[in-house]
Amino acid sequence: MTDAPASRSTPYTVPSAVRDAYVLGGNRLPFARSGGAYAGVSEQDMLTAALEGLVARFGLQGAQLGEVAGGAVLKLAGDLNLTRESVLGTPLDARTPAIDMSKACATGLETVTHVSNRIRLGQIEAGVACGVDSASDAPIEVSVRLRRLLHRLSRARTAVQRAQVISGLRPGDLAPLPPRNSEPRTGLSMGDHQAVTNAHWGITREAQDELALASHRNLAAAYGAGLLDDLVTGYRGLGRDENLRPDSSMEKLAKLKPVFGTSNPAIAEPTMTAGNSTPLSDGASSVLVASRQWAEENGHAPLARIVDTRIAAVDYVHGDEGLLMAPAYAVPALLDAHGLGLEDLDLIEIHEAFASTVLTTLAAWESEEFGRERLGRQGAFGSVDRSRLNIAGSSLAAGHPFAATGGRIVATLSKLLHAQAKQKGKVQRGLVSVCAAGGQGSVLLLESDGK
Amino acid sequence: MTDAYTRFTRTALGRQIVKKAGLPNPARLPRQADRPEPVLDPVVVLGSSAGADEVAALLLDWGADVRRRFEETPRVGSVVVVLDEVSAPRELGEIVLPLAGAMRSLAPGARVVTLSRPATGEDLARDAARGGVEGFVRTLGHEMRRGGTANGIQVADGVALTAPGVATTLRFLLSARSAFVDGQLIEVSTDAGRRPQQWDRPLEGKTALVTGAARGIGAAIARTLDSLGAELVLLDVPASGSELSRVTNELRATPLQLDVTSEAAGARTIAFLRERGITLDVLVLNAGITRDKMFANMTADRWDAVIAVNISSQISLVEALLSAGDDGADVLAEDLRVVSLASTSGIAGNRGQANYATSKAGVMALVAALARRLGERGTANAVAPGFIETDMTGRIPPLQREIARRANSLQQGGLPLDVAETIGFLCAPGAAGLRGQTVRVCGQNMVGR
Repeated sequence: MTDAPASRSTPYTVPSAVRDAYVLGGNRLPFARSGGAYAGVSEQDMLTAALEGLVARFGLQGAQLGEVAGGAVLKLAGDLNLTRESVLGTPLDARTPAIDMSKACATGLETVTHVSNRIRLGQIEAGVACGVDSASDAPIEVSVRLRRLLHRLSRARTAVQRAQVISGLRPGDLAPLPPRNSEPRTGLSMGDHQAVTNAHWGITREAQDELALASHRNLAAAYGAGLLDDLVTGYRGLGRDENLRPDSSMEKLAKLKPVFGTSNPAIAEPTMTAGNSTPLSDGASSVLVASRQWAEENGHAPLARIVDTRIAAVDYVHGDEGLLMAPAYAVPALLDAHGLGLEDLDLIEIHEAFASTVLTTLAAWESEEFGRERLGRQGAFGSVDRSRLNIAGSSLAAGHPFAATGGRIVATLSKLLHAQAKQKGKVQRGLVSVCAAGGQGSVLLLESDGK
Repeated sequence: MTDAYTRFTRTALGRQIVKKAGLPNPARLPRQADRPEPVLDPVVVLGSSAGADEVAALLLDWGADVRRRFEETPRVGSVVVVLDEVSAPRELGEIVLPLAGAMRSLAPGARVVTLSRPATGEDLARDAARGGVEGFVRTLGHEMRRGGTANGIQVADGVALTAPGVATTLRFLLSARSAFVDGQLIEVSTDAGRRPQQWDRPLEGKTALVTGAARGIGAAIARTLDSLGAELVLLDVPASGSELSRVTNELRATPLQLDVTSEAAGARTIAFLRERGITLDVLVLNAGITRDKMFANMTADRWDAVIAVNISSQISLVEALLSAGDDGADVLAEDLRVVSLASTSGIAGNRGQANYATSKAGVMALVAALARRLGERGTANAVAPGFIETDMTGRIPPLQREIARRANSLQQGGLPLDVAETIGFLCAPGAAGLRGQTVRVCGQNMVGR
């Protein structure tokens, strides 16, 4: 019920120093399983719906924001301006600029960083970070040979030339190419990569199933407590995440057959199942980020301050490190820069690409050897208090529409930190850690004073 | 929004066939946008009581072209029949009969409104005369042509005919806002309330919560309350969240996703309102579902779901909001308006709707009880839609739908807007004198009261 956010009392000035950016809140669609409730819905429709919900929640009708940064991992070639096109379909002022970004599963978190940086540098006052992905509507390409042949065909001038080109076509060229689920440089799927890392750290099936079960229970409890009431907007008849199984149990999870690492002779006992790995998902998320001045002028209380971010990458190609282990390096770098240790974090969100991604990261931090040899420390980096980890569930329960995951985590964690800071009466710190294909990782530090 | 048959009757061929075969000939009903003036001129005020003079003065004050007789008045648009002082049935004729000769020449979309007093059980002849008015109004409702309607206002003894409740009701019934309200009496039992500063924006400065607002009648209610000046909190289930945000964005409202049947619904609504510093002046309990089955085939899940959404949720939400002040800031303003959604199915019953009819009849009793409980604090009333053109009625099998659609004096289905307009009327500051009533929006449906 606020008036047009564009109205303001004093003109904004470009500050000479870096200033703070704050998460004001977020909105996402309930995540659907691939081929489920959102099958046949385009990414643009989903992203538009997520943004419309954000506009409705924050009264942004007609508002001209500084920028909307978004992206999708599995993106159709025609959707080159996916975010801008989505913005044009919302009640936001059509003069709101947009940018499409891409960094595999870290896309969502990187859009938050991008918008935050713009605000911190005084380039914009408020923006939206968002992401969408649809495994149900993933692009399917034609083969390289067919593509080149079609281009040659369009350049052909005469009937003879065209006939020559077409005569080069073979039946095999016509087979469509679905998106590849394997690393281009190793040919191994992400799950098969993680199975190797898993075996290295000796993560048990039971530990993975326990983490998966906790994810479902925590997310179900979060819904029950109303935590997601103002974080999620229902879509296409779906009010909650389709993948959520509140009645899951260790017995049910134990019955599932391993699906990754099964053909690797080096892995004696494969442990990764459909229950402790994230499913292919569809969904979209968004986060409203702004300067304190903008928040105040538009009547919104900031939930959390975006303190800092770090990125890292590992050499998984030559077997130096596991594919999804980059955050194990980025987090120590981020915390060191602020003189913090794991024990100084009140809440920790580690994206559950697989249950074992979380567990291998934790194991690495607890390892003296990893600490000394990989991180160059005196000993182990430290341990994470499990009661502070993914306390409202994570991707195993919610699902993981790649580019939408970062926004889901940032908005949820900001709300959790704010509530906890308010309750405890002191500043609460939270960490977001997201691993990504290509051996990359992005991590982000949040802080809330609960005011 | 016009159905296929009605479109056919408006073609050259259709007009001929309808006339020769005596088929239903639904008139085009002007709505507020088509006829914005409150009174269709000229208006004839019948009756010679002091009350009749007061009503004539009130109409003049509204800028109407007021006459006291039909002679030399062509194409009368509105007739107000003032019967407040009749003391025996034989006195009725003298007042109403002048209208008989004018019935055929009334303007399209004409309005007849009677003003009378309710029977009190104190005087045989007086009660008989007062009771007789109902039969008169209902018959005129059937006999009115070209989209005209006839309704009455029963004004409790001791309440002036110009009291805020009477004026507000009279203005509603004379206006195009009551296009689909026909053949019924509305009772004004107290002189509480006040006339609005602006008749066209009576809800200026008021905040209303509408449940089930994402689509259909709920979305229409939201749009109408918005046009009447209200700030809105729009509630619907999480699964309808995206539809809700679209209506919210259109009206610059505040969305609240909530399952009203959940145990914590009341507490969450209160927390939501307090967090935003919102105090509600108006509560529209519209959320409702159907799970139709012949009673012989009724299952517990169908029965329970309908009872839970359509009536139980209303009771718990109202109880929670009313008692919010006991342990914190109040979330309801002084002079509250509660409007709940009943149904003509709840009045007359309907094959295959035992669960729905039970819940909706329950709503009517609920608002009556709530109005008594609210006392000085405000009032509660219900609206009972008949056949309304919505997605829900669009799913009725064609033949059945066509019969249901024509089975009223106006021979057509109503629009969600018609229900919304009636709710807007009941939410107005002037409607304080209407207590625990159920106003039908059914075009005088052939079944039920």
